[in-house]
Amino acid sequence: MDVLLDNLDLYGPFFLTTIKLFLISGAASLVFGTFLAMLRVSPVPVFRVVGTTYVTIVRNTPLTLVFVFFVFAYPYLQIQTFSYFTYAVIALTVYTSAFICEVVRSGINTVPVGQAEAARALGLNFGQVLGQIVLPQAVRSVVPPLVSTLIALLKNTTIAAGFSVAEAGAIRQYLSERGDNQLIGLLWVALGFIILVAVLSLIQRGLEKRWSVAR
Amino acid sequence: MSSVLFDVPGPKARLRYRGLAVLGTLIVLAILGYIIWRFYDSGQFSARKWEWLQYTQVQEDLANAVLSTLKAFALGAVLALIFGAVFAAGRLSDHAWLRGISVAIVEFFRAIPLLVLMFLFYYGLPAMGVKMTPYLAVVLGLTLYNGSVLAEVFRAGILALPKGQSEAAYALGMRKTQVMFLVLIPQAIRSMLPTIISQLVVLLKDSALGFLVTYQELLYYARSISTQTSFGLPSVPSTMVVAVIYIVLCLLLTALATFLERRQRRSKKHLPPAGAKVEEAIPEPVL
Repeated sequence: MDVLLDNLDLYGPFFLTTIKLFLISGAASLVFGTFLAMLRVSPVPVFRVVGTTYVTIVRNTPLTLVFVFFVFAYPYLQIQTFSYFTYAVIALTVYTSAFICEVVRSGINTVPVGQAEAARALGLNFGQVLGQIVLPQAVRSVVPPLVSTLIALLKNTTIAAGFSVAEAGAIRQYLSERGDNQLIGLLWVALGFIILVAVLSLIQRGLEKRWSVAR
Repeated sequence: MSSVLFDVPGPKARLRYRGLAVLGTLIVLAILGYIIWRFYDSGQFSARKWEWLQYTQVQEDLANAVLSTLKAFALGAVLALIFGAVFAAGRLSDHAWLRGISVAIVEFFRAIPLLVLMFLFYYGLPAMGVKMTPYLAVVLGLTLYNGSVLAEVFRAGILALPKGQSEAAYALGMRKTQVMFLVLIPQAIRSMLPTIISQLVVLLKDSALGFLVTYQELLYYARSISTQTSFGLPSVPSTMVVAVIYIVLCLLLTALATFLERRQRRSKKHLPPAGAKVEEAIPEPVL
């Protein structure tokens, strides 16, 4: 308990950075991942190839390597440099989008083709089919895998600690400088993550309950 | 072919798609061109940045680095599979206390970030007087995290089997252990093999976290090469080489998973999972 109370000035701001990192890269991954999913289901072959290539490459690359690329290698390309926090957001977004893309794509594929065909037969246009028929059904089956992807993202934010971002994973380093017990300090960090994951799981259960309408 | 979102294209739509294809190709070429130009302009294609690959010493060290990545992966994978099988059986046990312990352990290790787990072993345990090598910390972390995920996969596989399987086995007079190990687990492993292997891909990728606890694996070696001024600080080339190695290793494993999945679909030896629900019950393997 002492380790936590003596170092509240570490735990508070550092976990806040973790949450900020999670929210920003989560939102960005949702947008970019959905865009990638659109590419992957589009009727134009070129778009499909681009989407598939991106997903295949990124899904088979370790996230740590993505971080290494953006933090250590990207500056050599002399395009524009960012802060470490921004690099972390970019790396997490690039990586998580590939997984979000797969979730969204499989969600769209769970909707039976007959649904859309019936809608088109009734004369609905593309926007109406997408907005009123396909998406409402797809979202329901997407929620559980989407939340587990976001939980993975939350846990992945700790990797940023290895790349000069002052977030929950980096607390250990500061504790060791202050001479505190790192084992106990790390157990408190673990507890923090268990709580955050539990919150996300509760949100998931709430959404599932609200949307679990029999099809 | 009609999909959920798009009807079979008519002549007008086909023309539009063709236009979009041209536009898309141009955009992709523009982006690729810009990236290659940036690489060229900042001197990443210069021979000096790549000559390190020619030294036999570097090649040997690189091979050794790949070997230490594979070493962590192999031991981690075997231990995670054992851990997963044990705790899946624990969660399905008839004894409430055993179920409780198994649930607690599996959920605990699934909720903690793997990196924090590795930190706990590498930096935390020495505070209690337990000495840790980076290798051991990495293997333990990989085992506990991925083992917990695999436990859920095994459990989902066993639960997805038709109830008639265990009922028939009990009717033949088999004991609980016999039913589990002779009837249920062999079938569950068969139907879950693709998922198990994709979790092993995750495990392989996660071994790169060893870089952050100073385990001298592939990524660690790439970093040490790229800080050498005598090679012209080849950060970009070394990252690219390592990325290619990781991607090839992972794709080989994925190819194995696809091959097994295909073979499984052809063979009639196993039972199809009881309901479509199975897919949802299995956690999508993510880092």
